[in-house]
Amino acid sequence: MRLTQGAFSFLPDLTDQQITRQVQYCIDNGWAVNIEFTDDPHPRNSYWELWGQPMFDVRDAAGVMFELNECRKAHKGQHYIRVSAFDSTHTWESLRLSFITDRPADEPGFTLERQEVEGRSIRYTTRAYAANRPEGARY
Amino acid sequence: MNAIDKTTATETPRSRYSAGVMEYRKMGYWEPDYEPKDTDVIALFRVTPQDGVDPIEASAAVAGESSTATWTVVWTDRLTAHDKYRAKCYRVDPVPNAPGQWFAYIAYDLDLFENGSIANLSASIIGNVFGFKPLKALRLEDMRLPVAYVKTFDGPATGIVVERERLDKFGRPLLGATVKPKLGLSGRNYGRVVYEALKGGLDFTKDDENINSQPFMHWRDRFLYCMEAVNKAQAQTGEIKGTYLNVTAATMEDMYERAEFAKSLGSSIVMIDLIIGYTAIQSMAKWARRNDMILHLHRAGHSTYTRQKNHGVSFRVITKWMRLAGVDHIHAGTVVGKLEGDPHTTRGYYDLCREDFVPQNLAHGIFFDQPWASTRKLMPVASGGIHAGQMHQLIDLLGEDVVLQFGGGTIGHPMGIQAGATANRVALECMILARNEGRDIVHEGPEILQQAARHCLPLKQALETWKDVTFNYTSTDTPDFVPQATAAE
Repeated sequence: MRLTQGAFSFLPDLTDQQITRQVQYCIDNGWAVNIEFTDDPHPRNSYWELWGQPMFDVRDAAGVMFELNECRKAHKGQHYIRVSAFDSTHTWESLRLSFITDRPADEPGFTLERQEVEGRSIRYTTRAYAANRPEGARY
Repeated sequence: MNAIDKTTATETPRSRYSAGVMEYRKMGYWEPDYEPKDTDVIALFRVTPQDGVDPIEASAAVAGESSTATWTVVWTDRLTAHDKYRAKCYRVDPVPNAPGQWFAYIAYDLDLFENGSIANLSASIIGNVFGFKPLKALRLEDMRLPVAYVKTFDGPATGIVVERERLDKFGRPLLGATVKPKLGLSGRNYGRVVYEALKGGLDFTKDDENINSQPFMHWRDRFLYCMEAVNKAQAQTGEIKGTYLNVTAATMEDMYERAEFAKSLGSSIVMIDLIIGYTAIQSMAKWARRNDMILHLHRAGHSTYTRQKNHGVSFRVITKWMRLAGVDHIHAGTVVGKLEGDPHTTRGYYDLCREDFVPQNLAHGIFFDQPWASTRKLMPVASGGIHAGQMHQLIDLLGEDVVLQFGGGTIGHPMGIQAGATANRVALECMILARNEGRDIVHEGPEILQQAARHCLPLKQALETWKDVTFNYTSTDTPDFVPQATAAE
């Protein structure tokens, strides 16, 4: 399967040139760009691991791309990596853009567990196949 | 300014309150020198007096009938601080290019309204007055809601920012589709449409306004099958999905029962129709806040009173009331789709949903500065007769904080529902990518779509199927201040 979280997952994987343009768009809007990675792709996993802090003071996408490449050296192939942008504007103060830049070569996906309860109701649990293995050894 | 008579009669208390009938303008409802206070509610009415009725007298009557007056003088007024409670018409302008119509500005003291109650606000402002015989027609065009009143409402249960955080979707419009045919599917068949559309790439599917609990499908069956579809699609894609379960019903008790069942099944969103009424809407908004639920509002019925320019209530007023009342989604027009929507007027509605401060903009039909004082943002929904080939226009006109709903444009795809959903999602993502790269999507849009279609067969088929289908009719509800073509462009 292909994990479709993030703004651009239905497009072919973005090239570094395309990523750079999106990052520069975020910077030009005054947003702080952030890199995160995880090997727990559950849709409700809000907190991917931070690769450093959001880059509040970086004004050139090249700086972000340098950090992205450092993150890739450490985690590519074993983790999903995403780029996000935080907007500190009053009444927003949250993310403005988030997209996956790198994903494991093989994405086994999720199983849906159903627990039949009262009436015809069912309690659903989504579980990543990879999550059966310990963190760091999943992909 | 107009050349009409601005004088007001000064009356001594004794003559003002002698028994009998008196012109409204002489009873204190016309005060051309009045300076509205920051805390006043201001209403702007389009007044069409009957032939021979003076526009100022007609406007003063609107002020009177929407506040303290009745048709005759009553001595009991003098037991009250009547100067405070009388609404004051302070300005009457002729409507540009509309002989016989007048814009009346009326200020209301804050004490006239109950805190946090749209029912109370509307009972005054659009109560008896709309049937008043000396008027041919009356339309509530806009209202300035003072911060002091705005702050007595909870506002949207969730709001755009928190909705995005919950759904983990940022930087692009959300994508939805209304299940079609809207009537007749069994619960099992209905859930099939939901599953296919969500798996194919949509974020949401939606019940239509009139799908409640009919002979062909009991509401519980719909909810059960829909949640199977949502959860299965979520597991297939690793992405959060939802479906607006319409809990509209005959009584509040029924609606609460349906909403509780939706919650127990793990739904993230429920839906109501505008026709349930303002009080029911506010009750459901409070329920939604208590239960971490997003609340979708379908504006069923609004066109009966919003569409014609001379009589009724403008949708911009309804939008303001609904942001106060606390819904999270509101259908606000597509411009290019099948339903009424002048581009400038629609832009005004979108601003009222999403901005924290909306400045006066007559060309967009916004007559007053409107501060929202950090009231959560209301997600506008564009639905009705739109398709993937219009993606560049939709993003250009409506921005990214919007739900784009392609019903026929998903389910009517020649290769099936999943393909239709994928076509829309790819069209959306490629257009956002291009926009962020600084490309001129309005002009390059069709080329950007064609380029994306090279790696996406469903998009190629969608573009071929619907080509440049558009609903190009003249709008009826248009701004009064800028002459322009009003056909959707």
